[in-house]
Amino acid sequence: MSKTLAFEEPIVKLREKINELEEFTSTNEVDLSEEIGKLKTRLSNLETEIYSNMEPWDRVQVARHPERPTTKDYIAELFEDFMELHGDRSFGDDAAIIGGIGFFESMPVTVIGHQRGKDTKENVKRNFGMPHPEGYRKALRLMKQAEKFGRPIICFIDTKGAYPGKAAEERGQSEAIARNLIEMAGLKVPVVSIVIGEGGSGGALALGVANHIHMLEHSTYSVISPEGAASILWKDASLSKQAAEAMKITAPHLKEMGIIDEIIPEVLGGAHRDPKAQAVEMRKVLKTSLDSLSEMNANEIIDDRYNKFRAIGVFSE
Amino acid sequence: MIREFFTKKKQAITIPSADAKNDVPEGIMTKCPDCKQIILTKDLIKTAKVCPKCDHHFKMTAWERVECLFDENTFKSMDDHLKSENPLKFPSYTEKIASDSEKTGLNEAVLTGIGKIGGNEVAVAIMDSHFRMGSMGSVVGEKITRAIEAATDKGIPVIIFSASGGARMQEGVLSLMQMAKTSVALQRHADKGLLYISVMTYPTTGGVSASFASVGDINLAEPKALIGFAGRRVIEQTVREKLPDNFQTAEFLLEHGQLDAVIDRRNLTETLAKLVGLHVREAN
Ligand SMILES: [Zn+2]
Repeated sequence: MSKTLAFEEPIVKLREKINELEEFTSTNEVDLSEEIGKLKTRLSNLETEIYSNMEPWDRVQVARHPERPTTKDYIAELFEDFMELHGDRSFGDDAAIIGGIGFFESMPVTVIGHQRGKDTKENVKRNFGMPHPEGYRKALRLMKQAEKFGRPIICFIDTKGAYPGKAAEERGQSEAIARNLIEMAGLKVPVVSIVIGEGGSGGALALGVANHIHMLEHSTYSVISPEGAASILWKDASLSKQAAEAMKITAPHLKEMGIIDEIIPEVLGGAHRDPKAQAVEMRKVLKTSLDSLSEMNANEIIDDRYNKFRAIGVFSE
Repeated sequence: MIREFFTKKKQAITIPSADAKNDVPEGIMTKCPDCKQIILTKDLIKTAKVCPKCDHHFKMTAWERVECLFDENTFKSMDDHLKSENPLKFPSYTEKIASDSEKTGLNEAVLTGIGKIGGNEVAVAIMDSHFRMGSMGSVVGEKITRAIEAATDKGIPVIIFSASGGARMQEGVLSLMQMAKTSVALQRHADKGLLYISVMTYPTTGGVSASFASVGDINLAEPKALIGFAGRRVIEQTVREKLPDNFQTAEFLLEHGQLDAVIDRRNLTETLAKLVGLHVREAN
């Protein structure tokens, strides 16, 4: 049984009741099948109702679910013959970003993504998916390699942000992110980025200067976390829920603002409930993206990316 | 993130304050926040707002930089008509923009235009931290992008003076995307083989430091300018250790290989003129 989120509690309570009744009938000579059947219908209605009316804050909780599928999970489902490639050739190998090459639908591709851990031990190793400069520099190295061999690049975005640490600053966290933005702008191969969990600020954007940006339905993409926004704007971190709403960080909001291309529908209750089924949905969107981009030449690809970001901004003149 | 840089900043105090003589008209004297020296304000302008006693670099407005930088009467500003909207409908955001606009005489936190330095034409974007802490929202991103595009079209260098706490929170993810917008424009400028000089001033942090400010062909900074990605307090809480006093200063970045040079503001115009001159190519 996976971790229950606050907004899911009515569902869990009802499911527990059904389980109790089922257990009771199995040990007693009574027929409650009609009763149980009714409750099961109610459960299914309740699930549909709750999961299709999720508030931004509920989505934040799903995006942060400890069992939410990570880059590695999607790589296993979507790519054949994947081989991970390590290191930035300069300082080290940052486990908070992974990358490598493999086949997608028989086409060689480069895959790069933030990588969280699923338990404490792995999270320590992967620094909770918060990269140091060498992570971004590894990503850039692999992007340039992809460009050399004419491979499309697929990026999975899943980070609370770039790591705010002393060593990160000393090694040029700002420059590492900034360099990726400008270099990605000029890549001659298609880039598709998919936000699969939290897309936290510059640390997320450093894998996000793409021709197409897609978001899983319950993922978020923001300039600052709801907690951070609440404490800066209202000096009160407990207003995170309101901040999640006000900052417009969910997939539907980003789609509305014209920043992302497609919302990838999630399986009922969130991707963690059925990662395989989720990957099937993702494959469809990814294939459509790559097919449409494969018709462009290098200049068209760069211009397409230019036009995409050039158009973002709300102002009057 | 943004705010802490400013609460820690030492305020330049304009006399009269408690210890001023009553007969000194307001604004005529300025007290150095570092060495406490009292300086005639009009003398301070002559030294590019650098304290003659301790070399403290006072904050400058964008227009003061224009005064110091360009050959006389060559600067023409652009896009002064762009206006910020309130896309996330934040309470009082529109009013804050209006009040900062009145205070600074700028339409937003950056002044852009084209002028001549040492006889050579350059496009510039000069951020002004007196306007919403120099934070970058849609208009700042758009103005900088247009200045870069103008430089690309004319085949001239672009110089960006950063002075910013980072992304403008009130415009949410639209602000974040300005980092990408300015980057795609810079990439096009670079692709034409044109020069980009980044000048980092106090403060250059967050999303501005993590985009255009850090990727100049030449990265310069003013002495003691605060430059960094994350806020000092956030880092201290994360790593649970005391950070060195010079952490995230221009000198610290120079030591760690992130800057080409730290330039005293009194030599900055001359340095820029020389660098631009070194990149002039004869027209065919
Ligand atoms: Zn002084």
